[in-house]
Amino acid sequence: MMLGGINPAVLIASLMVAAVPIILAAIGELVVEKAGVLNLGVEGMMIMGAICGFAAAVATGSPLMGFVGGALGGAALSVIFALLTQFLMANQVATGLALTLFGLGLSSLIGQGYVGIKPPPTARLDLGPLSDIPVLGTILFRHDVMVYVSVAAVAVVWAVLRYTRTGLVLRAVGENHDAAHALGYHVIRIRFLAILFGGAMAGLGGAYLSLIRVPQWTDGITAGAGWIALAIVVFASWKPWRVLLGAYLFGGIAVLQLNLQAAGARIPVEYLSMSPYLITILVLVIMSADKSRAAAAAPAALGKNFHASR
Amino acid sequence: MTTGDLLRVEGLTKAYPGVVANSDVSFAIKPGEVHALLGENGAGKSTLVKMIYGLVRPDHGRMLLRGAEYAPAEPRAARASGVAMVFQHFSLFEALNVAENVALGMENPPKLRELAGKIRQVSQDYGLPLDPSRMVGDLSAGERQRVEIIRCLLQDPKLLIMDEPTSVLTPQEVEILFQTLRQLSAEGTAILYISHKLEEIRALCDEATILRRGKVVATCTPRDRSAREMAELMVGTVLTPPARSGTAKGAVALEVAGLTVDSPIPFGTSLKNVSFKVQRGEVLGIAGVAGNGQDELLLALSGELRSGVDAVQIAGVGMGTAGPNERRRAGLVSAPEERLGHAAAPDMSLVENALLSGDTRKGLTRHGFIDWGKTRAFAEEIVKEFDVRTPGTWVAARALSGGNLQKFVVGRELSQAPSVIVINQPTWGVDASAAAAIRQAILDRAAEGAAVVVISQDLDELLEIADRFAALNEGRLSAPRPVQGLTIDEIGLMMGGAHGMEVAHGHA
Amino acid sequence: MVMLEKRPNPSRFWTAATPVLAVVLTMIAGGVMFAILGKNPLEAIRTIFWDPLFGEFAWYFRGQLLVKAGPLILIAVGLSLGFRAGIWNIGAEGQYIMGAIFGAAVGLAFYPMEAWFIFPLMVIAGAFGGWLWAMIPAVLRTRFRTNEILVSLLLVYVAQSILSSMALGALRNPEGGGFPGSRNLSQYPSAANGELIAGSGMHWGVVAAFIAVIAAYVLLQRHILGFHIRLAGQAPRAARFAGVSPNRLVLLCMGISGALAGLAGLFEVSGPAGQISIDFASGYGFTAIIVAFLGRLNPVGILLAGLLMALTYIGGENASTNLGLPSASIQAFQGMLLFFLLAVDLLSNYRLRLSNRETA
Repeated sequence: MMLGGINPAVLIASLMVAAVPIILAAIGELVVEKAGVLNLGVEGMMIMGAICGFAAAVATGSPLMGFVGGALGGAALSVIFALLTQFLMANQVATGLALTLFGLGLSSLIGQGYVGIKPPPTARLDLGPLSDIPVLGTILFRHDVMVYVSVAAVAVVWAVLRYTRTGLVLRAVGENHDAAHALGYHVIRIRFLAILFGGAMAGLGGAYLSLIRVPQWTDGITAGAGWIALAIVVFASWKPWRVLLGAYLFGGIAVLQLNLQAAGARIPVEYLSMSPYLITILVLVIMSADKSRAAAAAPAALGKNFHASR
Repeated sequence: MTTGDLLRVEGLTKAYPGVVANSDVSFAIKPGEVHALLGENGAGKSTLVKMIYGLVRPDHGRMLLRGAEYAPAEPRAARASGVAMVFQHFSLFEALNVAENVALGMENPPKLRELAGKIRQVSQDYGLPLDPSRMVGDLSAGERQRVEIIRCLLQDPKLLIMDEPTSVLTPQEVEILFQTLRQLSAEGTAILYISHKLEEIRALCDEATILRRGKVVATCTPRDRSAREMAELMVGTVLTPPARSGTAKGAVALEVAGLTVDSPIPFGTSLKNVSFKVQRGEVLGIAGVAGNGQDELLLALSGELRSGVDAVQIAGVGMGTAGPNERRRAGLVSAPEERLGHAAAPDMSLVENALLSGDTRKGLTRHGFIDWGKTRAFAEEIVKEFDVRTPGTWVAARALSGGNLQKFVVGRELSQAPSVIVINQPTWGVDASAAAAIRQAILDRAAEGAAVVVISQDLDELLEIADRFAALNEGRLSAPRPVQGLTIDEIGLMMGGAHGMEVAHGHA
Repeated sequence: MVMLEKRPNPSRFWTAATPVLAVVLTMIAGGVMFAILGKNPLEAIRTIFWDPLFGEFAWYFRGQLLVKAGPLILIAVGLSLGFRAGIWNIGAEGQYIMGAIFGAAVGLAFYPMEAWFIFPLMVIAGAFGGWLWAMIPAVLRTRFRTNEILVSLLLVYVAQSILSSMALGALRNPEGGGFPGSRNLSQYPSAANGELIAGSGMHWGVVAAFIAVIAAYVLLQRHILGFHIRLAGQAPRAARFAGVSPNRLVLLCMGISGALAGLAGLFEVSGPAGQISIDFASGYGFTAIIVAFLGRLNPVGILLAGLLMALTYIGGENASTNLGLPSASIQAFQGMLLFFLLAVDLLSNYRLRLSNRETA
């Protein structure tokens, strides 16, 4: 089945791939925001993950080590954010921006020796006969392992937030840090760990870009993916499964516009390539226009620093 | 040393930079005893119970629980030793449901479904009806307190600390709470009851420890003392009630007619068809349990929240759609409840804070350019007139004590020769002498011919200064009635009575 | 154990001293970074901070200083107003690009006519373009409460796409032999923003930056509007109590910062850059965020911070040609500066106390 030269099954399969970095980064940021912290440095952590992951993969020849390196790179950068905002009471918005600017600079510095190199390839998961099912096999069973990891990450975060005590405490800290403190929970420690998790997930997302999606290292490889991940968290009203939905929606548009470019559509390339950003803005507007939903869904302590006074 | 004591506190001392919150405090509680901790705002009650609950560590002194050394490093340890606490503020999560809130306060909570069953059980046993699946943000203040109490009771505490529990209850609800507490005490649970309301303490408590400026000044058996005696022990001076002169009432200065607005606050209370009139020279007192629309009413009167044009009329002119500065120009000034962050900007100097709301009526700007000299003079005038204790007007608002900042904020509004004054919680968290000064200043302005609306949760305060009285209940205002001849029962019913709780206790 | 204790009053000394301390700390950390890259740290620091001002080629670099500092200061002054009010326009880069496109388009529309009014018209068009681009997030925020941080930032990517489309399409030089890029405005006298004093680097954009600094200073210190901007940022509810309309403030602050960023873009495209090209966007809009914070959101501070940041640009280029220091390292260096600033900022509002955590 073909639609104007585009095979829908392949389109769906590739949108799932395109969405992976955003899912990973957004689900990490969702946890951070649920704990009451707004880290605008996702873009910076992602790109650090992209270069650290790339470097680790090239050095070891193992894509797995690449992903580990990516997660570590993202987490390392997030430590700076955590120290500044949780211990030094720095403004979260400003620190997040600084993280992005610094991450872009540092990654390009580290990445100088890696331009033009191919990373070790990541094997697709061999799912045997499943992959051979027509249409469904193409859509669901011919992916690399990270596609499944990203979906699993969403499921795990959802389950933890909803059913476990850890999740309950995390939500409580994001809702009212003074009350959580009064009950004896360690607000700073919980937030620190959440920020670290967010950094690692963003790093993982970045590594996916440089190791699988592109796959090579170029300056500014994330091209706003971190910002889109932030937007998707808002779009999702801080609900894990909606992150998946939002990311697939975005992935769909990104893939579609690429396909249209390749198919030689009559719309100029520049307008096609700006479409994902415009649609993200549009979706943000639609979500925030609904007053009741937007106000009630955001964690009440989001972006506020906690300082235990007397 | 008495062996029968459940908790003994010996020589506790805690100092913060610039203040000694507690100095050499000692007292003891027996099992099943209801022990009052009495003192003014800032007397050190909170610090003391925070040390007992493990939130603050003492600098010196020690505590003994059932004769054994007791030094909780954190609330978790206190809870494990059988000490539980019901907070006055900040310990609930609005966006979580009742069961989740309860679970957060427990060491080893059962599965949420099981917990919900237990909550229902305990709430029935103690006459505190509560639905475990409801969102806490949607509950009334009284219901929220029940969440906290049940959270404590589920852990089977030996000592229950209650911090100003009745400030959020109607008189009828207070009576029900007292029944619950007496039941607990009869079962052997000791209760440490913090309050500054003397009649309550006389009705409930077996023993009392009175704190003043961080020190124990007396211990007594409340039933044997008069409220007046205890008040003087607590405050340290003899208080004179504010003087009021019977001024003739003038024309209607403020009329609110069918005011209905949605709350801009998450989990807030919308105002429903609120109507009242205030004449010049008159004080209207508006009572109500916290969260029944007081904040919204202030916003709607100050102009921060807009309504229909004629819903708010100042001197007969519809001003419902006008902003704060237009209303100021028309003669209405207001003072919100929250001093830091709403009535005043914490990090700005007193001069800048004087400009904040004084600009319109005091003419502090010309073509938008600020006359800092004139503004400084205005701030200095407030400081002098209202006896604000501060090193100077350059000091940031957050550096002032609660009472002094409140005097500054109220003084700023009263110094603008207003014809209508709206104040929410004029003396909340303020020590007795400052409170007396603020009340007197309000009455003086009324005597000079201003129409005054005082919104307060302190019934005694309202009965002391108001001519007429009304109550907010779930966003509706009762019909105002003259204060003279009102009984506490009638007031309680205006505030919403027991909010349907009577039935519950019948079964208990 | 180190404890933090909130100061009753913000410390005036530390408010002024923290940027200096941050610069010193950044130099130390930067030195370490350069050492890791295998360069002599002292030499690198000297090449970046000393040589452009006092070295052999200082005559060239000093002019460049104003050329780089002009747009940074102009944009940062606008951003600082919003940042003070808690309105986060981080898409100045996009507004800068749109200002350049609008301004250049007006100029090119008149080509080859020579008239005195062309340049003023371009200035207006540039400010309008930036203003318009900033109005998108502003209106969305006031109408639909959409987060202005995300929208303004995402619009940068849109503006970059429009820029390349312009360079390749509508504004491409018809006599350019098919190469991307517009006609060179600096060779079109009526539209050129040339040096006002030869060798000084002073052009109309620098003049505009100085005017903006003075105007912002007066606004913040003397005018009720400036007071309201500060109030809204420090205590939003108190601002509403004072009669400030949050929506009006958003439109105003976003509008001013957008217009100033647009102006910066116009002065750049008609002067130092000369033409609309694919790589016209040079990151001034983002660096200006650092400049705004480094200057403590204070107009005079921004003036100094802008000059310092311009120095790191020029010094960075110098170091990359002379020492082979990667040019990206200067970006990391600037980011580090912002980190250190945010970190030491704590000292102005908190006091550090050493306390021995006693066992009770």
